[in-house]
Amino acid sequence: MATEPWTPRMPPAEAAPAGEPPMPIGGDVEAIEGKSPWYLAYLRLRRNKIALAFGALFIVIVLFCLAAPLWSRLVADTGPNQNHLTDQIEIGGKKTFVVEPNGIPIGPGLHSKFLLGADDNGRDVMVRLMYGGRTSIYIGVMAAIITTIFAVAVGLLAGYYRGWVDGVLSRTMDLIWAFPVLLLGIALGTALSVGGLKIGPLEVPADSLWIPILIIGFVYVPYMARPIRGEVLSLREKEFVEAAVAQGKGPIRIMFTELLPNLVSTIIVFFTLNIANNMLLESALSFLGAGVKPPNASWGTMIADGEDRLVTAPFLTIIPGLMIVLTVLALNVFGDGLRDALNPKAKLRMEAN
Amino acid sequence: MEGMGRFIIRRLIGMVAVLFAISVMVFLIFNVIPNSDPAQRIGGKNADQALIDRINDEWGFNDPLPEQYVTMMKNVFTGDLVSYQNQRDVVDQIEKGIPVTFSLCIGAAILWMLTAIVFGYLSAIKAGQATDRALTILALIGISLPVFFLGEMLLYYVAFKLSLFPVGDYVKFTEDPLQWANHLILPWFTLAVLFIGFYSRLLRSNMLDVMDEDYVRTARAKGLPERQVRLKHVLRLSLIPIVTLFGLDFGAVIGGGAILTETVYNLPGVGQYAGQAVASLDLPPLIGVTLFGAFFIVLLNTLVDIVYAYLDPRIRLGTQAA
Repeated sequence: MATEPWTPRMPPAEAAPAGEPPMPIGGDVEAIEGKSPWYLAYLRLRRNKIALAFGALFIVIVLFCLAAPLWSRLVADTGPNQNHLTDQIEIGGKKTFVVEPNGIPIGPGLHSKFLLGADDNGRDVMVRLMYGGRTSIYIGVMAAIITTIFAVAVGLLAGYYRGWVDGVLSRTMDLIWAFPVLLLGIALGTALSVGGLKIGPLEVPADSLWIPILIIGFVYVPYMARPIRGEVLSLREKEFVEAAVAQGKGPIRIMFTELLPNLVSTIIVFFTLNIANNMLLESALSFLGAGVKPPNASWGTMIADGEDRLVTAPFLTIIPGLMIVLTVLALNVFGDGLRDALNPKAKLRMEAN
Repeated sequence: MEGMGRFIIRRLIGMVAVLFAISVMVFLIFNVIPNSDPAQRIGGKNADQALIDRINDEWGFNDPLPEQYVTMMKNVFTGDLVSYQNQRDVVDQIEKGIPVTFSLCIGAAILWMLTAIVFGYLSAIKAGQATDRALTILALIGISLPVFFLGEMLLYYVAFKLSLFPVGDYVKFTEDPLQWANHLILPWFTLAVLFIGFYSRLLRSNMLDVMDEDYVRTARAKGLPERQVRLKHVLRLSLIPIVTLFGLDFGAVIGGGAILTETVYNLPGVGQYAGQAVASLDLPPLIGVTLFGAFFIVLLNTLVDIVYAYLDPRIRLGTQAA
């Protein structure tokens, strides 16, 4: 660390108010002079090798899941929901049942088909794992996008207009906040699992992936809207907003062209960590039966499917479980690194200061 | 106590408003938003026409929405909320589960607070060193573990393979306190891990912030031993936000956060009751658990606020945003 030309020793928390670019102190000022805050953030992130490694791990996991159709067609020769209950495959020249007559499925091993074994229905675990990962990551990312859109809208409106708009929006957020996330998730998931959702022109069938996406996106809105509102409240007092008002800019333009750009670093960090939380909630909902509907695979439903076989075929639980842990851990560590890089004054730090 | 009475009354009025809003939201979630016949939904998978007619009558689904709301609340509070799948009274079932859920949650809460304080303290005073890094990694793994996966792994490796603990199930405290604890050690740990990870990191960063404060420098300058500065000055102040958060999280865990742990370890608490209701798409139990869970959280938060106001005059006199 000391070998760097400038060491970004973070100033104490009260040194710079929110919204101002952090000034590294104690180093060569010329090294950072004239560089944009984004470039400085990039430099800080580049130094954090742990965060970068975990970011790369997440990308590898995504690529692995995207390759599902390739593996399914070229190697395993089966789809994620195809049963092979009575099939036999050749292992070392010997014919072996995919699912033994006593119900115990084949385990992981170096055979091109069923590389990670089969589940109770004789479905290829490797293929299901890849397709399930697509589902889990897709839900995590889409729900994070929904949360972000709503949270930013709520935060901007409440923080900019203040007064009764803030009152109504903040009380609504408090109300959602009063429910434990998981409980609200299963309440919505179960209530919507019969007929789906229909609000005005928006109609979502019950077995659609969009049901868990909308639910997960909805329950996390207050957790992101609150800090964004706080930040908007303090940004709103800044001179540049006053200048924009004096120039005759309307509220909407001020929100989008003046306030939003200052929120981007917060949004990026929250978005990354939000995907991790979404994936955990998705797996919990699917595990209980209020998330992704069978026979569709997600890592949560795979663990639920494997629960009854925990003693005879523990790999059915361990494999998807480890994938969730790895993915969520990768996002958490990378998100932490992003936060350190973009907002060095942030409360939680991966690196010691 | 100056202003205490007024504060309590103001807070209680606010609480009643929130409770009302919560009940309306539960009503919307279960009876208005979903796109299907509400009687069919409440009756469950095997509801026949006679049952659906009966439910339509009992829940007043042909009335206008405000009347439906009143009927639902009447059903809930007069003990008429019944699961149509197993004919059991929902409130009775929740009452039966409460001792189990409290046993689980209180034990886990003690475990997570103690461990988090030790870990966070060690991490902060060794900031940047190997201990800190190891604890940070552990904490990050802790917050990345799905609760049910951790539970199943402990069941498989610790309870089944090593036979160190019983595989699930619950023994009443009044029957055999030792067996009660023995059956709950793994669930306590499982429920606590996430919070240990989260709280220890929060405490660490709080302590690092507080260590820069002037009064800490003063304490050192007047010659207090370092250990005393850390424990009496830094740690004590850093714990305030943690204790506030604890009040919120403890309420949330009892009000519905223990569903996964109870389901995995087969503990017959409120959470498992909710979990089984999800699996069989049985809505009345979920209406009850959601409503009472959120009620409990709001009640507990109000209580915490009142205790805080009692301890800190700035809050009850409104000189500081509470």
